[in-house]
Amino acid sequence: MSNDVTIAEICVAACSDIYRDSGELLAHAVGIIPTIGARLAKLTHSPDIILSDGEAFMMSEPPELGKSAAHGGTIEGWAPFSRIFDIVATGRRQSIMGASQIDQYGNQNISLIGDWKKPKRQLIGVRGAPGNTANHRVDYWIARHSSRLFVESVDMVSGVGNDRAKAAGLKHHHLGVIITNLAVLDYDENGRVKVLSVHPGVDPQEVTDNTGFPLDASNAPETRLPTDAELLLIREVIDPRAVRNREVPVPQPVG
Amino acid sequence: MPDKRMELSDAVASIESGMTIGIGGWGSRRKPMAIVRELLRSDVKDLTVVSLGGPDVGLLVAAGKVRKLIYGFVTLDSIPLDPLFTAARERGELELQEYDEGMFVTGLRAAANRLSFLPTLAGIGSDVLAANPHLKTIKSPYSDDEYVAVPAITMDVALIHANRSDTAGNIQFLGPDPYFDDLYAMAATRTFVSTEKIVPTENLLDEGSFHTLMLSRMYVTGVIETPKGAHFTTCEPDYGRDELFQKHYVASAKDPAAWDAFTAEFLSGDEDAFHAAVERFHAEQEKSLV
Repeated sequence: MSNDVTIAEICVAACSDIYRDSGELLAHAVGIIPTIGARLAKLTHSPDIILSDGEAFMMSEPPELGKSAAHGGTIEGWAPFSRIFDIVATGRRQSIMGASQIDQYGNQNISLIGDWKKPKRQLIGVRGAPGNTANHRVDYWIARHSSRLFVESVDMVSGVGNDRAKAAGLKHHHLGVIITNLAVLDYDENGRVKVLSVHPGVDPQEVTDNTGFPLDASNAPETRLPTDAELLLIREVIDPRAVRNREVPVPQPVG
Repeated sequence: MPDKRMELSDAVASIESGMTIGIGGWGSRRKPMAIVRELLRSDVKDLTVVSLGGPDVGLLVAAGKVRKLIYGFVTLDSIPLDPLFTAARERGELELQEYDEGMFVTGLRAAANRLSFLPTLAGIGSDVLAANPHLKTIKSPYSDDEYVAVPAITMDVALIHANRSDTAGNIQFLGPDPYFDDLYAMAATRTFVSTEKIVPTENLLDEGSFHTLMLSRMYVTGVIETPKGAHFTTCEPDYGRDELFQKHYVASAKDPAAWDAFTAEFLSGDEDAFHAAVERFHAEQEKSLV
């Protein structure tokens, strides 16, 4: 089965790995691949994590992708937005967020491009990123690894990076990994982004070339392939309609 | 119990230029759109708008009603950005206070508690502080920790849309998420609630448990019966978002000529005229599908 594994499926497995030591906490995942990853984690190595349906409920049995608890799935708790902020403050949550820009210390921007007073492009605003990064582990998912996204400095720090967090004395700050369509990145002892692994079939040089700050990928190991059991769950149980291929557009056969 | 039923026009007539108004709901969900449309028809201006914003913000900004915006975000949910808001933002014409969502709620809680601020960890280390230079931090009296002191978000008037109310203004939210509407009401001097349906008090529990009675009449100045009053945003479980109409709103908002046509067609008349125009819109859409 594994000879036709796609990059999307490798990314799903990498997202799933984020939750290996999570225990009982709310797994918050933005995007299709992270959502599939969180469900895969729950169905495999991390059955205790708590999933939300993206609306106001926690689900013990995830419904089909894209459907809220109202359309099936077992509700195990009520989590309207007011409760979410309380959960964030207690630290019993973990997020995989997206990003429009990330710098070499993991500072993330989703708010705007350009100057704050008169932006070139208004994006979605800082949303919950400052609060999430101040309170609990945050990982990032990037569907298109590019030097426009991985930049020297971000235009507005929304999610707090390692340098800023250290300077401000944030006690609960914890950046995990950055999963992209090319590689898995994490941080070195100085809080700088480094390469943890490069996906099978990806030229390490491609990672460096598509990053707007120095990043050495030459000695990185390959990202693990999903197991046959994981592939079965991804393809037949969690995402039978292959929605994952929309987010990492061209299914790229590897191996 | 007092009878607080009133007309849309009476509620909006009591809102003056320069006031701070809070608008409940979240994104493109359960927004008091009938009241917003009435505001568009009024000559009120220079408003400070407090909102976890959706099309309420886009429409008021495009109509030149807003001087200052205190917000966590502006989104249409199924469509990430509101073009009316982003255009105004990119022209640099709005006075802004952008908050992290949790900071925004902390500001509402401070106002509701009659405190001038409440501390939070959210915002520390981020550029939210740089963008809002008036924001201060405060040192814990008990440790070395530093917190953001989020100033109270007080408001003259809060505007809310609900599923049900009685004539006295006991408010019922039947949907899965009440958002922060109760906090808005507690943070405001006066609160107007538009509601899908006014029912006798003894019938308030017919459709939902007592947990759905989240806003007591003690916080409510007036109730206005406005069926479909949240259109085109959601009002679960009474109706979902009118996605087709929202798409039409977004497409029109991206082009000045199309926006003029949209305004003429949908926003030039009263609330009945609006809903009649929406019905015509859907009938035409169906015809074009045949």
